[in-house]
Amino acid sequence: MDFDPSYTAQQFKSVGTRPLRPDGVDKVTGRARYGADFNMPGQLVGRVLRSPHAHAIIRKIDTSKAEALKGVKAVVTAADLPDLTDGDADLYAILSNCMARDKAFYDGHAVAAVAAIDARTARRALKLIEIDYEVLPHVTDVDEAMKDSAPLLHESVFTDGVDPAPAKPSNVARRSQYGHGDVDAGFADADMVVERTYRTEQTHQGYIEPHACVASVNNDGTGELWVCTQGHFVYRQWCADLLGMDVSKLRVTSSEIGGGFGGKTHVWAEPVALALSRKAGRPVKLVMSRDEVFRASGPTSATSIDVKIGAKKDGTITAASATLRYTCGPWVGMWAELGAMTAFAPYDLKNVRTVGYEVLVNRPKVSAYRAPSAPMAAFAVESAVDELARKIGMDPVDFRIANVAKEGTRASYGPVYGPIGIGPTLEAVKEHPHMKAPLGKNQGRGMACGFWFNFGGQTCTDLNIGADGTVTIAVGTVDVGGSRASLSMVAAEELGIPYEQVKAIVADTSSLGYNDMTDGSRGTFSSSMATISAARNAIRIMRARAAQMWGIPVEDVVWEEGHAKAAGAKHGNLPPLSVREIAAAAGNTGGPIAGHSELVADGAGVSFATHICDIEVDPETGQTRVLRYTVVQDAGKAVHPTYVEGQYQGGAAQGIGWALNEEYIYGKDGRLQNPGFLDYRIPVCSDLPMIDTQILEIPNPNHPYGIRGVGETSIVPPLAAIANAVSNAVGVRMTHIPMSPPRILAALEAE
Amino acid sequence: MSGIAVSTTINGDDVEFLCQAEETLLEVLRDRLGLTGAKEGCGTGDCGACSVLVDDRLVCSCLVLGAEAEGRNIETIEGMADGDKLHPLQRKFIEHAALQCGICTPGFLIAAKDLLAKNADPTEEEVRFGLAGNLCRCTGYDKIVRAVLDAASEMRGA
Repeated sequence: MDFDPSYTAQQFKSVGTRPLRPDGVDKVTGRARYGADFNMPGQLVGRVLRSPHAHAIIRKIDTSKAEALKGVKAVVTAADLPDLTDGDADLYAILSNCMARDKAFYDGHAVAAVAAIDARTARRALKLIEIDYEVLPHVTDVDEAMKDSAPLLHESVFTDGVDPAPAKPSNVARRSQYGHGDVDAGFADADMVVERTYRTEQTHQGYIEPHACVASVNNDGTGELWVCTQGHFVYRQWCADLLGMDVSKLRVTSSEIGGGFGGKTHVWAEPVALALSRKAGRPVKLVMSRDEVFRASGPTSATSIDVKIGAKKDGTITAASATLRYTCGPWVGMWAELGAMTAFAPYDLKNVRTVGYEVLVNRPKVSAYRAPSAPMAAFAVESAVDELARKIGMDPVDFRIANVAKEGTRASYGPVYGPIGIGPTLEAVKEHPHMKAPLGKNQGRGMACGFWFNFGGQTCTDLNIGADGTVTIAVGTVDVGGSRASLSMVAAEELGIPYEQVKAIVADTSSLGYNDMTDGSRGTFSSSMATISAARNAIRIMRARAAQMWGIPVEDVVWEEGHAKAAGAKHGNLPPLSVREIAAAAGNTGGPIAGHSELVADGAGVSFATHICDIEVDPETGQTRVLRYTVVQDAGKAVHPTYVEGQYQGGAAQGIGWALNEEYIYGKDGRLQNPGFLDYRIPVCSDLPMIDTQILEIPNPNHPYGIRGVGETSIVPPLAAIANAVSNAVGVRMTHIPMSPPRILAALEAE
Repeated sequence: MSGIAVSTTINGDDVEFLCQAEETLLEVLRDRLGLTGAKEGCGTGDCGACSVLVDDRLVCSCLVLGAEAEGRNIETIEGMADGDKLHPLQRKFIEHAALQCGICTPGFLIAAKDLLAKNADPTEEEVRFGLAGNLCRCTGYDKIVRAVLDAASEMRGA
């Protein structure tokens, strides 16, 4: 659906306002039901046994003692989840990750599970399961894993994407490359070159709600799953595939979700809970502990990235290249590839090349985390850009503006940009009072840019007109940040009725057609498009009903301000009919009134942001304090500006944690040493200042209102913005994230 | 299997329950009494999502045993509103969009209520340190701090 220029800021009545969220009261009273807040009659407690080894062959599992314990109703291992993947390597990786088959690949890898009448019995049963492991050498470091001498995770992995194909297996699963032009010639033209290697450590999404589900499988082949997820339709597909169930016979209901940030786009416990329920013949509730969440779910990649950028003295970048090595955990992903695609996206470059290597290590299977892979690439590139600007004596904002991508620029990852917001965010930052505020001793300022693609995807929405003229919209895109509010606003906008007359719900998988999951910042973008389409379909029906009530041709009925109106002088005396009046007569004019929409939401507009950060560093301790933070980001059109601000602030806070504190720490034994919120410290209230936001609106030409996704980009610039600020504060270039106090002290001492 | 008999007061009501010796107050509230407003985010007292008041003292209910509730006065999120009238903190959290996913919200509200009971006119810094035991991953805390300051202002004026 194309942007409709007839919508302007002045014409919107609902969109752009700031109403209260429909899920607010439930959430402040404790009534909202999350993954672990639901129970079924006869429900058992499920628990998972996990590998204590980073890499081990499972020689034998003896579950007989556990099965004999009174109160234990089922014990499952990989034998209870037979391989039905039919050569689908991605699905096989999901299966192998849910339950280790012949090998345990990381500390925390599930190896068996029990369902028992209570938690105490389930805990006892886990201790009775005997496993004979043959412990193997392991590797957790990305650069170590690439060496020929590294322990091999899979004998069957030969690097994909290189020609000729390698003769020996390795932990480098895939190579990808992007770019255009002649990089070597470009560097030869440069007056100044910056070349450095950067590292980032593995982080977790850190959602406060652990994974939780209640599974119930009947012996007639039907099943139900209640689960906290970003995509219940996708979970249904995977679970049905892995369990050998018919998709339509598994009904999945998404609970209220206590944070996901990409981490709830992957299944871990759900197929196991279903297998337990199938074997026990009773519903099973399976809730992860925080320790399990850290050890087995979610993390992002650890990375090692080389960047080289050259420029003329006048500030023109002549060439840019990057080699990005990303950990994937034990199975291949496209994490380095996403880094390679996003690395130089903000810039208009004649000569650019990025190469990504997907590296297998004995760590949990990497999953998406808010603009996955982009923050690390941006950290490396934006650090180098900053350093190069200083080297040639240019202001870092002006240097970026001199090289910024604009409409018509060929992106480093291939496509040609339409209207984009990177230039405007940089101009806004240049003029922002934050950039002119004075700094004190040991304080530094940094800024950086960030990019994310955004996604649209398959979307289905039902819009039902109630007998009293109020409206329900049923969407299949899970609400993670306020989309029930934003979609209600869009429905109200189209129908011309007040926001308060619209109620949005997230429908279960048996009540609505397929929807992609809430990822790629697609929630409001894609579902608003489907909502607009559904509302227009409902209006078409309401016009026909009004025509019928009046006995005039439908062509003579127009829809304005929430009413059917008879157009033209010949019907001049007919009073307008409201939604309520049309709905009240529906029983006599053709039955219930509804609008449906099924579409693929193409044309998600790309998203750009620029952030500014002030930081103070204590040179004695390496302790840092964020003094001031500003986010400037293009939203296309902000449907609910307060919630857009919330996305900007939340992403910035996660980025601040990543930059300064958060990291997975592995011991020499390959075990995770900090699987808890005490030692994996995410930012708390007293760590942060207020986070200022500025919303720019450069309409997305592929959406009727100009909407772009806004959820993810805000986590992309912080790593680099903060690294630039710290580097400016201490006078030493910081190249290793997180910049924890010991690492800052080490960098100071090395200098 | 013998349980421990406990008599306590929860949100002003007399409550009796049986629990195992190792059961936490959080498990009792959620699994035995159906009060699922307190959440388990970590089980180790690091996230504050399970915050409740025990005899007006702010605690992580995952670090208190169910048996320790004997004779105490416990207040949970379910008791915060006065009938259908939301507490000013609850109202301000909605008005300021101080919640997104909402999983941390019950804990924040209990902690904020405790903070304002001790300090009716906190500075921004006092709010930030007063709520430092509660983790939120969605909001960056900005709107939470604003909501608490606004609620404090309204409560002082009332």
